[in-house]
Amino acid sequence: MAEFKVAPADAPVGQKLLTWVDNRFPASKLYKEHLSEYYAPKNFNWMYFFGALAMLVLVIQIVTGIFLVMHYKPDAALAFASVEYIMRDVPWGWLVRYMHSTGASAFFVVVYLHMFRGMLYGSYRKPRELVWIFGCLIFLCLMAEAFFGYLLPWGQMSYWGAQVIVNLFAAVPFVGPDLALLIRGDYVVSDATLNRFFSFHVIAIPLVLLGLVAAHIIALHEVGSNNPDGVEIKAKKDAQGRPLDGIPFHPYYTVHDILGVSVFLFLFSAVVFFAPEMGGYFLEYNNFIPADPLKTPAHIAPVWYFTPYYSMLRATTDPMVNVFVVLTAVGAAVTLLLGGLGRNAKIGVAVAAIVFIGLLKAFDAKFWGVVVMGGAVIIMFFLPWLDNSPVKSIRYKPGWHKIMYAVFAANMVILGYLGIKPPSDAGTLASQIGTVFYFGFFMLMPWWSRIGEFKPVPDRVTFQPH
Amino acid sequence: MMKKILLMLAAALAVAAGGARAAGGGIAWDKFPVERVTDLAALQNGAKLFANYCLNCHGAEFMRFNRLRDIGLTEEQIAANLVFTGAKVGDTMKVALSAQDGKAWFGAQPPDLTVIARSRSAVGMGTGADYIYTFLRTYHRDDTKATGWNNAAFPNVGMPHVLWELQATQSQTQYNDTVADLVAYLQWMSEPVQTDRVRLGVWVLLFLGVFTVIAWRLNAAFWKDVK
Repeated sequence: MAEFKVAPADAPVGQKLLTWVDNRFPASKLYKEHLSEYYAPKNFNWMYFFGALAMLVLVIQIVTGIFLVMHYKPDAALAFASVEYIMRDVPWGWLVRYMHSTGASAFFVVVYLHMFRGMLYGSYRKPRELVWIFGCLIFLCLMAEAFFGYLLPWGQMSYWGAQVIVNLFAAVPFVGPDLALLIRGDYVVSDATLNRFFSFHVIAIPLVLLGLVAAHIIALHEVGSNNPDGVEIKAKKDAQGRPLDGIPFHPYYTVHDILGVSVFLFLFSAVVFFAPEMGGYFLEYNNFIPADPLKTPAHIAPVWYFTPYYSMLRATTDPMVNVFVVLTAVGAAVTLLLGGLGRNAKIGVAVAAIVFIGLLKAFDAKFWGVVVMGGAVIIMFFLPWLDNSPVKSIRYKPGWHKIMYAVFAANMVILGYLGIKPPSDAGTLASQIGTVFYFGFFMLMPWWSRIGEFKPVPDRVTFQPH
Repeated sequence: MMKKILLMLAAALAVAAGGARAAGGGIAWDKFPVERVTDLAALQNGAKLFANYCLNCHGAEFMRFNRLRDIGLTEEQIAANLVFTGAKVGDTMKVALSAQDGKAWFGAQPPDLTVIARSRSAVGMGTGADYIYTFLRTYHRDDTKATGWNNAAFPNVGMPHVLWELQATQSQTQYNDTVADLVAYLQWMSEPVQTDRVRLGVWVLLFLGVFTVIAWRLNAAFWKDVK
């Protein structure tokens, strides 16, 4: 316990009050550790706005969500009408609802950019592995939150999107059908499903999400922020122990983030007020038709932020599983020939490869599609241990690494586009190539990340005073 | 199993293509004259047409009669001219036709029209207003159909040509105007706040534009200390 402090008798009331509080709760300590004496590198660029913006969108979603729940009815017979009631009869209900629906898409925009920033500057590397893992868990929660929330307006896309995704779980060997039944609470998506999804959306997932966000930030503030140079600022400190290249988060990055926030809000408001449907990508046109369990829409596609993964799911056809078999065999053969492994390890690799190939052929391609889709998210967790490059930041990596990251980003956009479109032969082939690239990017990273001419990393961050 | 899924996806694609044809009839949608959505006279005429020709079989169950005050009508005018069912002006526009009768007479329950103009939009085809504007102007005689009518924008549609008397007595230009007014009303009803939303949005963006400049200068003022 900290020493009990006493404010001077002639101190202002404010100081006396703060002293009283500080003796009972670490108010000043928290303020110092996380704001006024949290030293962040001074060379952040615009890519560093997205963390704060993700926090802002989280707050927007929670506050608008609270008001929506006051008027929304989680009942299959009333849900659609209650959303239109919010849009028409609740004062400012339309604004709250559009902020929430636009906020969902905005959340994924800023989080995808935030994650890509982390990849570019190696923000996941030692000692920030847990920051990254908490972030990946947040991303998982966000996907669940978006999925559960999308059912609530009870339109055709809500209904059939949920039906398709829950049916995916039915592809899990042995327990699949029971698992799908457990999720739905019924044999089809119904009132029971709507009620449990509502519960998950408004309390279960948000609670976990808030806890993870706290963990993400506590871990970040423990190790300190990375920066575009990938230089550890704590390595060079002044006499007081402050990093030479660090500046207090408050006021420097609070005013900086206010600028980012105002630009973000400008773009966000442009969508909310002028294009809340965003051409059918933020609010899908079909979702203005009430859910009809007897009428399957011609084309069911998830909302844009899920479509890269949805493309990978659709890419996993029977021929694609054969490609996985060949890739597994080649991978095992290369490991056996060049891995320099001992006898037992070699036997282990061979047995594992044979068992895996057997499993690939034993189960349905649909199941492997689900595995691919889930694996595409799970593989992100391992990034800190897949990257073997001698430098953190893309700035000091070989030119062809920059091309790799550009192709990775373009590949995600192309997969996302293909996932929106109805399936076609050419589209399936393109998404199969994209899927192989996506997994190749990560699984071969331990090797390719070491290859090439790396530039020397400076001792101090590069910074031009404004 | 995967083959089955692929076949299903292929079938879904065929249905999607067919569906696009059902919605578009292979014909491109005409452009609905959007300026009518802000024209109060057009909206009032559209509301009258809607109450007289549409509301017998279709409902607009999320729309209250008294919301029509937003297009310049008084509660008395609404009650006297637009409410035919004995509903109160504070009620929503419920349909008199029962679901069973609708099914028996037209093969399907006529859809609710509250948000029809939003739901019929299609990426690459046009807005829902474009579709309805095309649909209501492309009816033609077809004796092979039970109703005696068919439609180029929605082949084999169950709905007869409700506006045929208007089309028969008006010139093509007049009829286009009539349909445009009705579609303007449907578009407005799908989101009554739409013009206010845009008007407010201009002020919000102006404020945020100014605020961004202030935030930019504030940031610069603090950061001049950082060397």
